[in-house]
Amino acid sequence: MAPAVLIQNLQKRYGPVEAVKDVSLTVEPGQIFGLLGPNGAGKTTTLRCLCTLTKPDLGIVEVAGVSAIKNPKKARQLLGYVAQEVALDKVLTGRELLQLQAALYHLPRAVAAERIKATLALLDLDNYADQKTGTYSGGLRKRLDLAAGLLHQPVVLVLDEPTVGLDIESRRVIWDFLRQLRDSGTTVLMTSHYLEEIDALADRVAIIDQGKVIAEGTPSELKDQVGGDRITLRIREFAPLDEAEKAKAMIQALPFVQDVLINPDQGNSLNLVVVPQSEALSTIQQALKEVGLPTFGIAQARPSLDDVYLAATGRTLLDADVAASGKRDPKAERKQNMR
Amino acid sequence: MTTTPVKPNTSLVAPANSPLKTPGLLSGEFFQETFALARRLFIQLQRRPSTLIAGIIQPLLWLVLFGALFQNVPEGLFGTSQNYGQFLGAGVIVFTAFSGALNAGLPVMFDREFGFLNRLLVAPLASRFSIVLASAIFITALSLIQTAAIIAVSALLGAGLPGPLGLSIVTLIVLLLVLGVTALSLGLAFALPGHVELIAVIFVTNLPLLFASTALVPLSFMPTWLQAIASLNPLSYAIEPIRYVYLHTHWSLSSVVLQAPWGSVTMGVALLVLIGFDALALISVQRLLRRTLA
Repeated sequence: MAPAVLIQNLQKRYGPVEAVKDVSLTVEPGQIFGLLGPNGAGKTTTLRCLCTLTKPDLGIVEVAGVSAIKNPKKARQLLGYVAQEVALDKVLTGRELLQLQAALYHLPRAVAAERIKATLALLDLDNYADQKTGTYSGGLRKRLDLAAGLLHQPVVLVLDEPTVGLDIESRRVIWDFLRQLRDSGTTVLMTSHYLEEIDALADRVAIIDQGKVIAEGTPSELKDQVGGDRITLRIREFAPLDEAEKAKAMIQALPFVQDVLINPDQGNSLNLVVVPQSEALSTIQQALKEVGLPTFGIAQARPSLDDVYLAATGRTLLDADVAASGKRDPKAERKQNMR
Repeated sequence: MTTTPVKPNTSLVAPANSPLKTPGLLSGEFFQETFALARRLFIQLQRRPSTLIAGIIQPLLWLVLFGALFQNVPEGLFGTSQNYGQFLGAGVIVFTAFSGALNAGLPVMFDREFGFLNRLLVAPLASRFSIVLASAIFITALSLIQTAAIIAVSALLGAGLPGPLGLSIVTLIVLLLVLGVTALSLGLAFALPGHVELIAVIFVTNLPLLFASTALVPLSFMPTWLQAIASLNPLSYAIEPIRYVYLHTHWSLSSVVLQAPWGSVTMGVALLVLIGFDALALISVQRLLRRTLA
C-alpha cells in the first residue's frame, strides 16, 4: 500500500528565504506523525505544500499515492487540513459552518446531515452547534475547526500546531481525540514546537530545523540514539560559582559521568550526561557529602526530544524558538500565506 | 469529551483505485458548492442587515436631497426631463449598482486576510470559479433589491414608471454593469495586497466616475474636455438608456440615447458598449483569477 503521505526532497523558497531546503518524510497509514521544530523551521510551509496551498519549487508530494502537485483536486479530497489560525466565519453558527464545509466536499445532503450530527457529538459540540462561532472560546473554535477538517473522513488529517495558545484542559481533550482518531485508522500528520506534545502523541517524529529534516524515528529510537541519562544537580538553590566549579571537577572524575555543564541561568545548577545506571544519584550525593557540599535537589531522567534536538543542532529547542521569534516578520509571513 | 468511537476509516484503499477524474465546471458539484458559498453570504446579510439597509437608504437620500438641490432649475435645462428628480433617477440607479459592485471584492479580501479563503482552497472544489460566481450572485441580488427600491421611490416622487419592457431593459442594463464591475473588483481583491489598498482603489474610482458621467447633469452641461471623458465612461452608457426609457414610452434599439461629441449613440450601441465593457473586464481579470485560483 502506498504510504499515507510521501514527501521527497521538498524545496520551497520565498524570494531570498529558503523556507524549506530539503524535507523528505514518509508517513505510514494509521500513524500519528509529528513534525517537531522551532518556529520558522519550515513546518508550516511543508504542510502548505502538502495541502496544495503552496506550489513547491521542487520535490515529490503524494497523498496515498496521489500526487498533490499533478492531481491537486484528488489530493484535496484525501486530506483534511486544520490550519494553525482558526478561520471561522463569526456570523455563521457552528452547524452552518459544517454545512458549508460539507458542500465544499460535495457530500450528499443526507450524508452531510448525518456526519454533522455524528461529528458534533464526537467533539462534544452539540450544545454550541447553533450558536454563532463568534461567541466561541479558543478551545471550542479549535474543536469546530477539527470537526470541519474531519467531516469528509479524510485519509490523512493534517494539523498545524493543533494546541498552540490553548488552555491545558482543551489541549488534553484534543490529545485524547487525536489518539482516538488514530486508533480508528485515520492517519494524522501534525506539527508542533511543543516537545511534550510530540512526545505524548507521535508514533514517529521528524525533527526539522532550518528547512531540513535532521532526525527521524520513533521518539524512543531518537532518544536512544542520543544515549546517556540526564542528571540535574543543584547544590544549593543558588550556588556560588566556585562551589559549582568544585563540584564539577569532582563529579567529572566519576567513571560513569560523560559530560558536565554549569547552567548559570538556573542558579549554577549542574547538567550531567551519564551512562545509565541505577546507583548514579546516590554515588554523586555520597561524593558531594565527602567534600562537604550539600544537595539541594537532584533528578535523573532519560534524554528528552529536546536533548535529541540539542545533540543535532547544538542548541535547545527553546533557545532556537526565542532566536527565531526575534528574526521573524509576522506581517511578511501573513502576506506570504495569503492567496 | 464523549467516548463514541470514531468510524473506522475504510476509504484508505479506495482512492488509489478510484478513477482520478474529478467533477468540473457546470457539474452538480459545482452548483452545490456555488450555492453553499452564496448561502453563506446571504446568511451574513440576514444577520447583519445594516449593509443592505444603508445600501437602500443612501440612494434614496441621494434622490430626495440631491434632487431637492436642483428642484428650482428652469424647465428644459435637463433635456426633456420634466424635473430634476426624474432626470436624477437613472443616475442614482446606475451609481448605486456601480458602487455596490465595486465593493464586491471586499468580503473576498477579508476572507483572504483572515485565512477563510484557505478553507475553500484546500477543499476539492469542482472549480474555484464557484468562489467568484457566488460573490457575483450575491452582489447581483443586492443590486436588484436596491434598484427596485429606487424605482419604487422615484415613482412616488413623480418620476414615473417605465412599462414592463422598459423595466426589463433597466434590469438588463443594471445586470450588465454589475457583472463587469464585480469582475474587476473581485480581480482586484486577488491582485492587491490587502483591504487598505482595495478600499483606496474603490475610493479613488467611485466618486470621480460618478462626476465624470451623465448621472447628475447632461453632457451639454459639461465643458468639452469633461464631455469627452463622460462619453467614454461606461456609467454614461448605462445611465442614458435608462433615462431614455423613463422619458419615452416608445423606444427601440435604434433610438438615439446619447449625443456624444463624436456622434449619436443609439440604445443598441449603448448595450453593445456595456457588453464590450463586460467582455473586457472578464478577460482582464481572468488571468489574474486563474493565477490565484488555478
